[in-house]
Amino acid sequence: MSVIQALDIGLALLVLAVAGWTIAAREAFASVVGYVAYGLLLSLVWVRLFAVDVALTEAAIGSGVTGVLLISAVVRLRQTEAPAAAERPGVALRVLAGALCAAVAAALATVVLLMPDPGATLAPDAAKHLDELGVGNPITAVLIAYRSFDTMLEKVVLILAVIGVWSLAPDRYWGGAGGPRRVARPEGALAFLAQLLPPLGVVVAIHIVWVGANEPGGAFQGGAILAAMALIVIMARLAEAPEIRGRWLRLTLIAGPAVFLAVGVAGFAIPGSFLAYPAGWAKPLILFIEAFMTLSIAATLPMLVIGPPDRPPRP
Amino acid sequence: MSVALDIFTIVAISAGAVFFMAGTVGLLRFPDSFTRLHALTKADNLGLGLIVLGLLPQADGLLGALKLVAAWLLVQLAGATVAQLIAHALRRRDPPA
Repeated sequence: MSVIQALDIGLALLVLAVAGWTIAAREAFASVVGYVAYGLLLSLVWVRLFAVDVALTEAAIGSGVTGVLLISAVVRLRQTEAPAAAERPGVALRVLAGALCAAVAAALATVVLLMPDPGATLAPDAAKHLDELGVGNPITAVLIAYRSFDTMLEKVVLILAVIGVWSLAPDRYWGGAGGPRRVARPEGALAFLAQLLPPLGVVVAIHIVWVGANEPGGAFQGGAILAAMALIVIMARLAEAPEIRGRWLRLTLIAGPAVFLAVGVAGFAIPGSFLAYPAGWAKPLILFIEAFMTLSIAATLPMLVIGPPDRPPRP
Repeated sequence: MSVALDIFTIVAISAGAVFFMAGTVGLLRFPDSFTRLHALTKADNLGLGLIVLGLLPQADGLLGALKLVAAWLLVQLAGATVAQLIAHALRRRDPPA
């Protein structure tokens, strides 16, 4: 057994141990911390599987944004933690839930173990047409060219999620803003970080979107970094989240899917079918769509984390 | 030359791993949250610095080396900020007598 294999097995065992601990932890907060650590370890696993794009997304979304969301949920649920622990379900229900989970895990394990080797793959086909598209990263090609319809609908789902969160607002707060309020003189370590980091983060985010055409990276990863910068500034109370009635906010939220849809409809006119790119124009169009999608993702994720508005709109 | 660089890499990364280990031992053994925080952040910053130093000769050109150094600086910034935030929260929870 080589050193690398030993490290891989150690990593797999560590992921399993952290997953087990996350489930077993008694306190919700400890559980969330375990979940974030689990996500970061999982992104190392994706790197070992040479899926760097997935690793970046897992670290940014699976661990980062979801972690912040879960922590704010834990803080809100703190009052209910003791009564919820008292309402423990009966033995029969717990055994049933355990059996169901074990059955699902066993079925998944069977499917994975019975896969043909080498598995069925579309990778050679995906790589064959990269030159015509002008992009070097096959993942970007799959997301924005081969399966562009799915990617567009994903962005629409994100907007639906924001609408879902906003619709939890009481009527009197509709149109207002949520999240921490701005203070006149923010101080402390977080304010320092929030002043120092965003310029760097914006550059890194644009870099990641730009190299996404040829290397790991892309709109989702870059958008997640921009979203993180916005969240740091809001959490440090340097700025407030925008009011949800704001025209610019709403335009930014829908810009990505709208541009995607417009390019798709234009495909009817020029190459002759929905979401088809005219020959020679694929790469500029892909970058154009990605730029607007990055903006939309960068606006969507903070709005999801901030939650529904909790104060009335300013007169 | 390349053997010398490889030896330098191995020595620097091993030294970095020792610092990480020291930080972990401190985290497990120190008596209260402030000292644990101290052990963790000090040892990890130095440990990561040594690991980055060791990886520099193996980096992919100048740009790769700069990216490694940037990662170290960003981790230092994040680590120092988080340590301040945790310490502040601890102070607020149990004010000093």
